[in-house]
This record gives sequence, structure tokens and C-alpha cells, in this order.
Amino acid sequence: MAGLEQTTAGRDGLPEKAARLAVIILWAGARVFSIVVLLAAWEILARSGTFTPYQLPALSAVLERIWSDAVNGDLAINTALTLYRALAGFAICAVVGVAIGMAMSRNVIADWFFDPIVSVGFPMPKIAFLPVIVLWLGVYDTAKITMIVFDAIFPVIAATVLAIKGVERELIWSARNMGASKRELLHQVILPAASPQIMTGLQVALPLSLIVAVVAEMLMGGYGLGGAMMTAARFANSTSVFAGIVEIAVVGYVLIKAMALTRRRLLLWHPEANAPATA
Amino acid sequence: MRRTLLRYLPLLLLAIVWELAARFELVSNTALPPLTDVIRSWVELLLDGELLTNSVSSLYRIGAGLGLSIVVGAVLGIAMAWWKPVNVLIAPIVEVFYPVPKSALIPVTVIWLGYGDGSKILLIFLGCMVPVTIGAFNGARASEQVLVWSARSMGASKLRVLWDVVVPGAMPELLNGIRTAVALSFILLVSSELIVAQKGFGFLIGSLGAGGSYSAMYAVVLTVAFLGFAADRVYLQITKRTLAWRD
Repeated sequence: MAGLEQTTAGRDGLPEKAARLAVIILWAGARVFSIVVLLAAWEILARSGTFTPYQLPALSAVLERIWSDAVNGDLAINTALTLYRALAGFAICAVVGVAIGMAMSRNVIADWFFDPIVSVGFPMPKIAFLPVIVLWLGVYDTAKITMIVFDAIFPVIAATVLAIKGVERELIWSARNMGASKRELLHQVILPAASPQIMTGLQVALPLSLIVAVVAEMLMGGYGLGGAMMTAARFANSTSVFAGIVEIAVVGYVLIKAMALTRRRLLLWHPEANAPATA
Repeated sequence: MRRTLLRYLPLLLLAIVWELAARFELVSNTALPPLTDVIRSWVELLLDGELLTNSVSSLYRIGAGLGLSIVVGAVLGIAMAWWKPVNVLIAPIVEVFYPVPKSALIPVTVIWLGYGDGSKILLIFLGCMVPVTIGAFNGARASEQVLVWSARSMGASKLRVLWDVVVPGAMPELLNGIRTAVALSFILLVSSELIVAQKGFGFLIGSLGAGGSYSAMYAVVLTVAFLGFAADRVYLQITKRTLAWRD
């Protein structure tokens, strides 16, 4: 009897598992389906001669170009330079932005001074100031990183101010009641409680840093992914232009994913870490 | 009135510091022309019509690109939330396209459509479509299932439900996505015009800077910055009006 039961259970269990697996594979297949179609359409359109290779180089040619960039070392140098600028700018934004945001929420004068600057500066297209920054600082790393900081610091400041404002009063009251000093209150209560929203601000600032790094390189020239793309465009080398887009897209994708992972790691203690991941 | 003045006093102070630093030559006047000179150049640019013609072509590009992206993005996002097959087909493409810095597309749009209006409109359209689509999708997906069910049970057709329940429910998130798109449209416009253009704000900034008339260059830079800021504020007011029915 026991044996019979086991076999039926086994017989039922196997197809069920297989069916579930098939569903998962089908969904995964559906998810990549449209991308595969898009890539295939690109290759076919490019080869069919509807467009000139200048307008639309074949996907295979673009991949080959990326491969040769990777082999001769250009890809590594350009990626490293772009990443260096983006991450240096981002680091400055993170430190200075959180500091300004904290100062604004603790000090009336700091709030009075920075609040209008942030509320006017945040929605402004700051990239318009790029020629001014070139005028002041030239076209090298200092100018590029300054441009990045100028652009990406606003979301960090705004998120920090909002985050600290949103910390529950009860938390602060009870900590104070239990004799926490101002310093302890800030480091052990307010900052941890505000950290998810500050992280959100940083998650906006990081891709922004990369975007500005690429635009600054395109406009100021020199090495880097953006600079290399502009050079290629000037020589009507459209295969390299398309290769540049793919390279920049991959770097952007990796940065965003890395940031989401860091958030999960850093906020492991927070209830949100147990919620299903969205990013 | 007085409160607004007090609130924006820091900006006024910065302007005064700028004027004094430049007047007393604490910094070189090429790097920072006095604010009053910048204002004078602005008036001159306005009077000889150069500022006006270039703003018209820039605003046309923004209007066309942004308008297209709002229409297409909203339809696409709501369709993705409403019909699962659309979602399965489009979502991976949006996901792949999302992290691409849109400014990286500038050289490609130029390769496709040349140096004129077309390439800028295409760039703004492609870039702004992403936040609009995501906003519409998130908003429509979050529309309350209870409302949908009750509307259905009371005999509303599927299209009726879509129009009367899902679309209004998606409004707040959609409008939020459009706000991001408005800011993005100015950024994409200026960066593409700075790189290649024969007219528009970016072109004007570039040519004035190359010609060494720095106070005029500052005037145009500040104009663009102000327009971007003003567009955001006006848009916020419109949003508040549109969503007045909610509370």
C-alpha cells in the first residue's frame, strides 16, 4: 500500500514539476522573445540594403567592433576613464549632498540659505552651464567632475532633507527620553531611520552622474566612452558610434544593478529588505 | 510678498556677490562678467531678435518631441498594464532601453536625420517616452481592482472600464512621469544643440562663447536655466488643477 501511494505521488509529482518548469521556461522565452526579434530585425534590415551601412551598420559588425575595442585595450581605457569621472563625481555628491541636507534639517540659517537654491536649482537644465564651466576650469577632469557634481547633487540634498523630515517623531522622543545625546541621536536614530530614502536619492544620482559624464565627454572631448563616440561620429564611423551606445548601455545597466544590490545589502536590517525586490 | 522676498533673499545675495566680485575684478571679467553687463546683453539680444528666433526653434523642438512622447508613452504604458501580451512584448525592450543614457543617442539621431529639427525631436521623443511609459504603466497597474470589478459587475464594458476607471486611476503617476519628461526634454535639447545645431539656445550659447562675447553667453545660459525652472513650476500648477478631483 505504502509503495503504491509513493509511486502515484511520484507519477503525479513529476509531470507537475515538468509543467511548472515548462511554464517558467516559456515565460523566460517570452521575455527574451521581443529582444531577439528586435536584434534579428536589426541584422536583417542592415544586411538587406534598405539602409546604407552608414545609417545602420549590421549588429554583427557592431559586435565585432566592440570585440576589437576590447582586444586592443581601448574599451578598458575609455570605460575606466568614464567610470572614474562618474564615480568620483558621485562620491562627492554623496558626501557633500548628505552633509548639506543634514545641515539644512538641523540648522535654520543653513535651511534659509540653501532651500531657495535647491528649489530653483533642482528643476533647472544644469547642462546649459557647461560652457561656463569650460570657461572657468578648462576641459579636463576637474571641469568634467565639477559638471557631474553640479548636476547630480540636487537629488541627494532633496532626498536627505525629505528623509530626515520623515523620521517618526516617536523614535526621536523615545531616544531623547532614554538620555541620548544630540550626537547619538543623529548617528544612531535619525540617520539609520532616514537611510532608505537617502539611498533612493543616491540611486537617482548615480545614473545621472554617468549621463552627465558621457555628455561632458562628448562636449569637452578627450578619452572616455562619450569622447570616443564623438570622435567616431566626426569621422563618420557609424559602426563605432553604435558600438559606443552598446558599451555605454552595458555600463549603465551594470551600475544600476550594482546600486540596487548595494541597497539590499546595506538595508538588510530594514523591513523593506524582506519585501519582494522591484529593481 | 514679504515672505517670498525673504525666502528668495539668498539668491538675491548671490547675485549681489556676483556683481561686486566682477565689478571689483576679484575674478577675471572674461570668466565672470558683471551681472549688470549680462542683463544689458540680454536686452540687446532680445532687441535684435536673435534670442527670439532661437527660442522659437528650441521651443518648437521641445513641444513636438515632448508632445509625441506623452501621447505614445501614455498609450503604450496603459496598454502594457491592460493587455498582458503587450506587456510581455514591450516590457523587456523598455527594460533594456531604460538604463541607456539618452544623450548617448545624439550622434545616432544625427546620423539618421541630420543636423536640423528632426534629429532633436527624435532624441527628445525617445528620451522622454521612457519616464512617461513607466509612469503610465505603474499608475494603470495599481488601479484598484475593487473599482474595476464593481464597474464590470455593474455592466460597464471593458473599454468603458479602461476609460472611466483605469485611465483616471493612472493619472497621478502618469503626470509624475511627464514631469520627469519635461525636465529631461530641456536637458536633451540643450545638450544636443550644444553638440550640433544651426539654431536654438544651445547653438546660440556655443557661437557666442566661441566669439568671445561672454556676457551674452551668460545671458542665454541663464535664460535657458530659467525657462527650464519655469516650465517645471507651470507644470506643477497644471497638475494640481488636474488632480483637484482627488481630494
